[in-house]
Amino acid sequence: MTAPIPFRQPPSGGSAAGPLKGTVSEGANLRVVLGTERPMRLDCGVELENFTIAYSTYGTLNTDKSNAILICHALTGDHFVADYHPVTGKPGWWSMLVGPGRPIDTDRYFIICSNVIGGCMGSVGPAETNPATGKPYGLDFPVITIADMVRAQKLLIDHLGIDKLFCVVGGSMGGMQVLQWTVSYPDNVFAALPIATAARHSAQNIAFHEVGRQAIMADPDWCAGDYLNQGKRPHRGLAVARMAAHITYLSEAALHRKFGRNLQNRTTVTYGFDADFQVESYLRHQGITFVDRFDANSYLYITRAMDYFDLAAEHGDVLANAFRHKGNATPVRFCLTSFSSDWLFPTPESRAVVHALNAVAANVSFVEVKTDKGHDAFLLEEPEFHQVVRGFMDGCAEHRGLTRKRTEPA
Amino acid sequence: MSPLDDTSTGIGRNRRPGDIRLDLRLIADMIDPGSRVLDIGCGDGALLDYLVYEKQVDGRGIELSMDGVHSCVSHGLSVIQGDADTDLKDYPSGAFDYVVLSQTLQAMRAPRKVLEELVRIGRRAIISFPNFGYWRIRASLLLMGRMPVTERLGYEWYETPNIHFCTIKDFTSLCDRLDITIERSVILGRDNRPTRLASADGIANFFGEQGVFMLRRNGTQE
Repeated sequence: MTAPIPFRQPPSGGSAAGPLKGTVSEGANLRVVLGTERPMRLDCGVELENFTIAYSTYGTLNTDKSNAILICHALTGDHFVADYHPVTGKPGWWSMLVGPGRPIDTDRYFIICSNVIGGCMGSVGPAETNPATGKPYGLDFPVITIADMVRAQKLLIDHLGIDKLFCVVGGSMGGMQVLQWTVSYPDNVFAALPIATAARHSAQNIAFHEVGRQAIMADPDWCAGDYLNQGKRPHRGLAVARMAAHITYLSEAALHRKFGRNLQNRTTVTYGFDADFQVESYLRHQGITFVDRFDANSYLYITRAMDYFDLAAEHGDVLANAFRHKGNATPVRFCLTSFSSDWLFPTPESRAVVHALNAVAANVSFVEVKTDKGHDAFLLEEPEFHQVVRGFMDGCAEHRGLTRKRTEPA
Repeated sequence: MSPLDDTSTGIGRNRRPGDIRLDLRLIADMIDPGSRVLDIGCGDGALLDYLVYEKQVDGRGIELSMDGVHSCVSHGLSVIQGDADTDLKDYPSGAFDYVVLSQTLQAMRAPRKVLEELVRIGRRAIISFPNFGYWRIRASLLLMGRMPVTERLGYEWYETPNIHFCTIKDFTSLCDRLDITIERSVILGRDNRPTRLASADGIANFFGEQGVFMLRRNGTQE
């Protein structure tokens, strides 16, 4: 497998300044201040005003602004979808899928991805400065939800002058945001592609998240969330959280195929607690590298947002009701995708959403992709999955009246 | 696996317009342009593709095989991976103008239940199935003493997905019992050629290789 060439070559030209009013900024790692005219009310009741959102765009917005795709990132993702990542230097997390001629075609669509609120790659979050104190928010940052993330994205879309997104797409927590978009703003979304996700976080998944949070909070360097002010970082706790979570992203078969019981640079076990096994070494590496690019408090906030996600809860615990709109079925065209070996967001979770959409006779496609790569499959080389994405996008583009070739701006 | 071994239905934008199997074309001709259609057991999506792109219907499909679903969705059709035996109950009544079950009834675990669901979900149901009363099939059993393996039903008994065969007579009598009205019927002879035979005719049950029926639930049963 050759590494995909990201959309932009390094160094990617970012702009720290907000875009000029009335123009659509295009490029990597942009910033915009939202909630300037009126604060954004969060589910917890707190109001956020003048908050920053970091985002990237790819491709060109057409004249009638009908070719915009919003990509929603997962728990530890960010808006560097198809750029080299500024911290790791690695290609963007969806370079495989996003680019010229790729399933999410930058020659054809205008693609937007923003760092979620609560994140740590430029959008407002616990590591950012609290304007009230001049210090990092830490645990003073309000608890956010998936719906709050989507509210902020809607403000960004409004800011860009886009009324109706052609498509909202994302995997895992990104898929939760996609589902939330279709429920919160059904008139502003033409098509939705939730991947490897669920309409609510399962007890098992909440349990795994709690393990991660406890690992962070058990690290003395966490300092009750105040580590940034005390010049410390709970690296050990965050690394353990990442290690535990990483296991859930893979399947047993994938772990076995990759590592088996192979030993790490040694011929026999050492009768100690070194990383004797390759799988241990791999997990330690995953943990150690993760702490360089992620904030521990962000991890607490974002995992919490996923735990709180339950789309049916506000609709009498009947998921189908979430997809009713003005007495009819949701007008959004859906395509759900799951992966056969994903035990974090297993196929029945997607199927439950499909059944709810069927119950209102909504327009829905559903594909379970056969793979042994587990939950992470949505980030990996999966030709069948990529064909499904491309086919769904093409079909929707035809119904949306988007021409095959990019419409050049007037 | 398709219930029929004849899967050369020619899906995709590459096919010539109107280039679908004759029996599928017959079904398509029964459907009003722009209507809402659910195609159950849509296979590789040949009929659905034709309906969506030639007749501008709001078309959806259900297909059991992953290969079929993958092919459909990759072609931009709205198809879910699902099982007609279990997944029809989710749909609201009258959600579609037409529900199509083409060459699939005989592969259902509970054909009677499925039939009831079809006329519940759709204002009309269009069903086609191979007639087990076709003379060649009768002859195979009568003269050879073997389970028939014909050109259209190319599976040996031990590996066939077709578990509930019926004759045209069996089918019309079940419709009677379920108070389902047969609004139209077309009996196809060899090579999918439509005949002028009426479904109630005993000759149809002998010379018809397959039947296509348009059904609706009797209003009095609402």
